[in-house]
Amino acid sequence: MTSAGLTRELIALRVARELRDGMVVNLGIGLPTLVANFLPEDATIVLHAENGILGYGGIVTDEAEFDQDLINAGGQPVTLAPGASFFDSATSFAMIRGGHVDVTVLGGLQVSAQGDLANWAVAGRGGGAIGGAMDLAAGAKRVIVAMEHTTRDGEPRILEQCTYPLTAQRCVDLIVTNLAVIEVTGQGLALREVAPGVSADEVRAAPAARLIIEDVKVVDL
Amino acid sequence: MDKVFDSPAAAIHDVFDGATIMFGGFVSAGSPTNLILALYEKETKDLTGIANNIGLGDKLDVLCEKKQLRKMIASFAIRASAKRQSLFEQLYAKGEVELELVPQGTLAERIRAGGAGIPAFYTPTGVGTVVAEGKRVECFDGREYILERALTADFAFIRAHKADHHGNLIYRRASRNFNEIMATAARVTIAEVEEIVEPGELDPEAIVTPAVYVDRIVKAPAYDVRWFN
Repeated sequence: MTSAGLTRELIALRVARELRDGMVVNLGIGLPTLVANFLPEDATIVLHAENGILGYGGIVTDEAEFDQDLINAGGQPVTLAPGASFFDSATSFAMIRGGHVDVTVLGGLQVSAQGDLANWAVAGRGGGAIGGAMDLAAGAKRVIVAMEHTTRDGEPRILEQCTYPLTAQRCVDLIVTNLAVIEVTGQGLALREVAPGVSADEVRAAPAARLIIEDVKVVDL
Repeated sequence: MDKVFDSPAAAIHDVFDGATIMFGGFVSAGSPTNLILALYEKETKDLTGIANNIGLGDKLDVLCEKKQLRKMIASFAIRASAKRQSLFEQLYAKGEVELELVPQGTLAERIRAGGAGIPAFYTPTGVGTVVAEGKRVECFDGREYILERALTADFAFIRAHKADHHGNLIYRRASRNFNEIMATAARVTIAEVEEIVEPGELDPEAIVTPAVYVDRIVKAPAYDVRWFN
């Protein structure tokens, strides 16, 4: 198991640094939901939940405040931000497919050198849960994947080709892991930042895809 | 014109073996649980269900107890956590129920199209994935899209907040989700609601589902639904 580098919270914090005032942002289930805890304080970030909310606030942790009709797409109870609106699922996905969502942060199982994403089906588990991931990956203007650099067994998640069923082809713009920040470019995967205490050589050793390594910074926390 | 029925059982009296039923709701929000439980009591069999999710705390999973479902069309059909399987997952693993897994936005648009008289549409979602298998692919302005077919049903079970006797509906918070579009796409739409008021009492500016889409209304209190319960 990879425990080196950034914690899940710090991965979320680093992702939040990508967000700017006025952006409409959809956070996927799992690690990406943590990004809501690190939004820049001097900016208005509008959170979109694909089940039909534009402008939700934080996650409700007090059981007494639970309202079953006010949840995000992960089923978690949420609060509303001032200026929020409600709508149906077809309208919600028209926003996504129509290019009205600026950034989506998705969890990942695998990302390929071309930016293909696999994040919905695990080998050996029947059925599956596509949810909104395929629409978000195909429709959002920018796709950021937040995930652990390797699997619990140490297998690489960043590969020349994905081996799990794809969510979408050539959709990922940026990968943020516990070890590194990697940009998907036309020339391939470019290592931009490494976690404190992690060397570029260690990051290069972990993925099974070639990395472009030049002018690498340490993640600024 | 009065579309009000006395009980969930009366409102679904003519649901038949082999019917296709749309179930509104998204996890705990806006689930037509009273109608689902009436269907469970009625023991109707060989059903095709269309819903965003099954087994995520929603009560749809109880339809697997007596194997009432032949097939589900859904976007979430397994639990996010593998710790405990839903009844649906157990039946699916044994090959006793069919599953058509659909991206959520494609599911919503197929239902919207079905209610709007559009037989099919092109979408970028799913290109190059298993979802595209067997479907027509067309290139528009340099990008590939897949052809998806509309969905309609014999019945839609939905939940709204308030109805008037004509069937105009308003919703509460994030409970519109699939309810609003499913209301348009079934031959018979049955709405369970918290409160029924006289025509004229709902503000016409605020009505979300116009009465033309609603055939039956039944008053039923919101059923307590929790994630993963």
